[in-house]
Amino acid sequence: MKYLTSLFFLLIVSIASAQSEPEMADAMRANGKIYVVLGVALIAMVGLITYLAILDKKVSKIKQSLEEK
Amino acid sequence: MLKNWWKFLGVLLLAYTVYAGFMSEVPRMAILNETIRNLYFHVPMWFTMFTLFAISLYHSFKFLATNNIQYDSKAKEAINTGIVFGILGIITGSLWAKYTWGTWWTGDVKLNGSAITMLMYAAYIILRNSMDDEYKTGRIAAVYNIFAFVFMIVFIGVLPRMTDSLHPGNGGNPAFGNYDLDNNMKLVFYPAVVGWIIIGLWIYQIKNKIAFIKTHQQNEISN
Repeated sequence: MKYLTSLFFLLIVSIASAQSEPEMADAMRANGKIYVVLGVALIAMVGLITYLAILDKKVSKIKQSLEEK
Repeated sequence: MLKNWWKFLGVLLLAYTVYAGFMSEVPRMAILNETIRNLYFHVPMWFTMFTLFAISLYHSFKFLATNNIQYDSKAKEAINTGIVFGILGIITGSLWAKYTWGTWWTGDVKLNGSAITMLMYAAYIILRNSMDDEYKTGRIAAVYNIFAFVFMIVFIGVLPRMTDSLHPGNGGNPAFGNYDLDNNMKLVFYPAVVGWIIIGLWIYQIKNKIAFIKTHQQNEISN
């Protein structure tokens, strides 16, 4: 009887542990992790555009200083 | 800030394109599979190149009409920028072809046509560099540019539609145009085209500013 109850207890524990998975940040892993690719592509795009904007500013400044001369 | 509103619009459209390009629903098609999304990134390269070459053509006409050297400089910078987008178009197309048509390059009319187009415009740059007198250079380059533009339309717009081509919409293949382009895809494709054209124009504007600085420098040295 003692063995049976302990076995029963083990069974319950194992079922319980299988059913309740710990909470994780699954959003980034959904759909075969496509969001991660999206993130990388957006970062590269934003980085390049920012670089372009900075270049634009620099060149515009030089152009303005030449026009004022 | 206000006069740069179109740059913000371009960045916004591009961000939307990247987001929707990955996440939107696309038709499920054999062989193409998810690569159908390349439509949002490969085709706008060519549209941007075409826009820049058209702008260059406009400035070439303007130069021939006015003999104002500034127009010649603008025509040249537009071609310089357009070539970059053309090269990106060829490289992205090549990668796409590898995984759908099975090879990096085929003898397809549209592929060869676009390659010839790139060579034609590369020749434009070489032609310019081979001459000294800037007004003479400008006139010859402008006339060459008009011919190059016409040939580009023949090579990538007309010939592929008259013979068999692997490209959609050519030689009896179904097009992404009118009937086949899924309505969901249009919602991403058109913003993508506009967004990339704006980015192309932005780069073109910066190149014009650099050209202005360069000529200013040269004038100072010669004075």
